[in-house]
Amino acid sequence: MNKVRVRQLWFAATLLMSLFLMLIPLPGPLTPFKPYWPALILLYWCLQSGDRVTLGLAFCLGVAADLFDGILLGEQALRLTAMVFIALRFRSRLRFFPMWQQSLAVLAFLLNDRILLLLIRVFGGDPLPPVEYWISPLVGAALWPFVFLILDDLRARLRIHEA
Amino acid sequence: MALNRDDKSPLFAPGVAGTLRLIVYLALACVLMVLDHRGGWLGNVRYGLSLVVEPIYRIAGLPSQGFQAATVAFADRQRLTEQNQRLREDLLLANAKLNRMASVAEQNQRLKELLDTQHSLSLNVQLARLIGVDLGSFRHRIVLNVGARDKVQAGQVVIDARGVMGQIVDVMPTTSVAMLITDPNHAIPVTIERTGLRTVAYGSRAGDALTLPNIPVSADVQAGDKLVTSGLGGRFPPGFPVGEIRDVAQTPSGTFLSAQAKPAADLDRSEDVLLLHDLAEPAGPLPLAPDVGPPANLAPDPNAPPVTPTLPSVTSPTATPLPARSSTAASSTGTTP
Repeated sequence: MNKVRVRQLWFAATLLMSLFLMLIPLPGPLTPFKPYWPALILLYWCLQSGDRVTLGLAFCLGVAADLFDGILLGEQALRLTAMVFIALRFRSRLRFFPMWQQSLAVLAFLLNDRILLLLIRVFGGDPLPPVEYWISPLVGAALWPFVFLILDDLRARLRIHEA
Repeated sequence: MALNRDDKSPLFAPGVAGTLRLIVYLALACVLMVLDHRGGWLGNVRYGLSLVVEPIYRIAGLPSQGFQAATVAFADRQRLTEQNQRLREDLLLANAKLNRMASVAEQNQRLKELLDTQHSLSLNVQLARLIGVDLGSFRHRIVLNVGARDKVQAGQVVIDARGVMGQIVDVMPTTSVAMLITDPNHAIPVTIERTGLRTVAYGSRAGDALTLPNIPVSADVQAGDKLVTSGLGGRFPPGFPVGEIRDVAQTPSGTFLSAQAKPAADLDRSEDVLLLHDLAEPAGPLPLAPDVGPPANLAPDPNAPPVTPTLPSVTSPTATPLPARSSTAASSTGTTP
């Protein structure tokens, strides 16, 4: 019982943390290098425990992120839902990939996400973004092994701690 | 390969139910976006949810605040002394300029009073601080630590020591969001100080410059020209510096000149900003004049036809006024300004 609760708390805490990381600014010139944290954390949970991540959860997280962002309600909800759907569908295969292949897959997910965002913004009447727009998925994919290993390690530690 | 296949994670089987759910959620998201884009009720929702959102902004702003505090704490003494010295010189210079300006300003005020204009040079401002929160990449918005409780309204102009930064677009109880002038969706009416040419400066894609895409080909524009707000449009009061033109080139179609300008304000460095309180004169027709003249019950009945045809002969200056008719003429002109 206690174990389950700790796990759920840890799950919720990482998601909340991802929202915070999304809001915390990087110093000026580094801004375009900021990865899309909610997507990375959600992908981790998709691969790690796919039964806990559902489309509904992705939608809710996206709406929450939109509320904080204050730009267009539903934008991130759509992006995260689409991403989680693809990730859940290929989950069983992705889990057995070696790390570098997983990173490539994450890169594909994040690029797809950026293309979706671009479509939404262009439909909304915004001009095309500059080239730096495409840096963030690369950074996200490069960070993926570290995110995965750190979160996995923390999870293992928590489990040991409570056992 | 398929070691532990269960129903929950099939290796290859597509799930119809999952696709259906995806479509439902995507449709829901699209509906949300369209409603928000059309109606703009996200502001209302956010205002309602600001109880949750604002503390999170404050917490998320802590790291950058801590970073600044750490920079000050660990900055070496020499740099601080230098900075202090520079600020002192700036202050001295500004004060000297102000002293020289004071007499001119007073004279200007007197002349303007003579001319009976309403402009004044005094500023009614409110100090605000930035909260270090990132509202999404390639969105040029900043969060300020004042809100509806400090009587901030959407549309107020945000300036810093060097020039116009932007305007408030979203107000929550204790925070507000301002759009910077470099946002691609922002436009500000400007005049070129040297020639008085009026044009519009838009934000740019890259976000660190302003573009002026439609200057007439015959216009005299050079790199180095200063841009100031023109006051047209009724949003930005006239006379505030906006930027400086960097280069001018012909548009591909050749029908206009297009210029790039560098914003005057320190858009990514300012921490303290000023909110202008008095907005510029609103655009559009003047408000209706208040009722002046004799009370309305003295006015002639508009439905009474025989009085009106005789009016012109009465109001002409050469006519000798009859006592009874002159009163009706005066009251009728009084009620129709």
